[in-house]
Amino acid sequence: MLTIKDVEHVARLARLELGEGEKQAMTQQLGAILGYAESLNALDVRGVEPTAHVLPLKNVLRPDVLQPSLAREQALANAPDAAKGCFRVPKILEG
Amino acid sequence: MGLETLTIAEAAEGLEARKFSAVELTRAVQARIEAVEPRVKAYVTLTAEAALKQAEAADARLKAGTAEPLTGIPLALKDNMSTAGVRTTCSSRMLEDYVPVWDATVVQRLRAAGAVMLGKTNLDEFAMGSSTENSAFGATRNPWDLACVPGGSSGGSAAAVASLSALGALGSDTGGSIRQPAACCGVVGLKPTYGRVSRYGLIAFASSLDQIGPLARTVRDAAMLDAAIAGHDPRDATSAPQAAGDCLQGMEGGVKGLKVGLPKEYFVPGMDPEVEAAVKAAVAKLEALGAQVLPISLPHSEHCLSVYYLLATAEASSNLARFDGVQYGLRVPEPSYVPMIMKTRAQGFGPEVKRRIMLGTYALSAGYYDAYYLKALKVRTLIKRDFDQAFEKVDIIATPTAPTPAFRAGEKTSDPLTMYLSDIFTISVNLAGLPGLALPCGLSSAGLPIGLQLIGKPFGEPALFRAGYAYEQATEWHTKTAKL
Repeated sequence: MLTIKDVEHVARLARLELGEGEKQAMTQQLGAILGYAESLNALDVRGVEPTAHVLPLKNVLRPDVLQPSLAREQALANAPDAAKGCFRVPKILEG
Repeated sequence: MGLETLTIAEAAEGLEARKFSAVELTRAVQARIEAVEPRVKAYVTLTAEAALKQAEAADARLKAGTAEPLTGIPLALKDNMSTAGVRTTCSSRMLEDYVPVWDATVVQRLRAAGAVMLGKTNLDEFAMGSSTENSAFGATRNPWDLACVPGGSSGGSAAAVASLSALGALGSDTGGSIRQPAACCGVVGLKPTYGRVSRYGLIAFASSLDQIGPLARTVRDAAMLDAAIAGHDPRDATSAPQAAGDCLQGMEGGVKGLKVGLPKEYFVPGMDPEVEAAVKAAVAKLEALGAQVLPISLPHSEHCLSVYYLLATAEASSNLARFDGVQYGLRVPEPSYVPMIMKTRAQGFGPEVKRRIMLGTYALSAGYYDAYYLKALKVRTLIKRDFDQAFEKVDIIATPTAPTPAFRAGEKTSDPLTMYLSDIFTISVNLAGLPGLALPCGLSSAGLPIGLQLIGKPFGEPALFRAGYAYEQATEWHTKTAKL
């Protein structure tokens, strides 16, 4: 059973601030969706390999040759805040 | 009615023969947009001036004899494909002012082909939804009945094509987001084989499922768009190395001897009787044209929806972690870092996106990973095996595209699970990485389109187009248009 405490924990993991109303609704709605997914428990999947990806591709690498990349001004073009050629963020460490 | 009613193939022929110019064609479509867009709301952003410049360049190419099949053809792009210099919003507050500095590979290919880009079409925020109601910029309506949804998430692209506000469009499909709106709007839509079309520059929802594909008014038009965008791209690590194949070649070959599978799990008691009747009639038509129809079974079908909503949300929660107010998009000012991120995401994302991020984060979190995420990956293997086994017996599979015709706006917004069931027939195709072609096969008693879905083997697009073309030639559904 999904509780409001679970929802608060997951919201912290997801870096998502939720209002009280949102937490309530989320608890009920996620609970219903997870309840629906319970049907998977009826399946025996012992010995079945997981499929993360349908293509038989592994470790696709390009040749190790120098190529032009995005110019710094372009990379910063959409930054909410930038200074001295860097992305600027509010302070990370307290005190 | 003018040039906007032409198919892509007809327009290309007319341009080539100088019956009209690309500028005249573009102006005709733009006039149509002006007339119907206030009611349909298919577009988020219109790029009218740029489109006319591209049309002029296309006319120059036509004159110089360097034109390609799509040169001068006015098209629309779903607003989750990056367009250099044109804002790309994903219909989200998070990216309301985001202007990419590069083009998605598909956009680059359309530009190189000389196509004219009319604008960016509306979608459910970050492609999460089945009705194009979850857009931060307002809902798109169904051109056949403005009280109904156009389907989703590529509802803007489907509605643009159906309302003659574009000759064709690109959409993206993670669980049915090209095919279900194509069905709701009475147009043709292809979800290509996973890896066949580059995802470079497509703003990611669920990377192992997302695929870009065409929406158009005929099977031939869809094949023409497909030919322009498919093929290996070194900038997408999940791009398949093999040649995409030209679906126009052999498209007119007919269906004699083609084996069509009818999965019993997709035709169940309680399904919409008009959808069932229309799809069965379409299969009977293929049989009359020389195809051989065989009953098949896809035993794990009932689990597809659960698997999808665990895997797609898990991948989404990871992909959408990048929206943290640092490199691009919205930032809500806060004096310290983590609260800034949490407030930015709270204000930038709508309710459905938040719900999916939460569900995916939960399925990946410590203690639940094995029970939900890993389990879903294993059941995905079983679902894929079902198709592998079916394709030992048949060449293609026929099903309905959507369980019902377009539903009314607002009808399913309060219950996420009911909305998710709209994709019940399309999701398995993404999980197994297969191609799926949706095409119109009937009208309900309320006058709303019904869609047939043809599913192929990996890289089996040519067989889908051959069957779709044969069906289309023998019927008249593709000639019906919405009265607006």
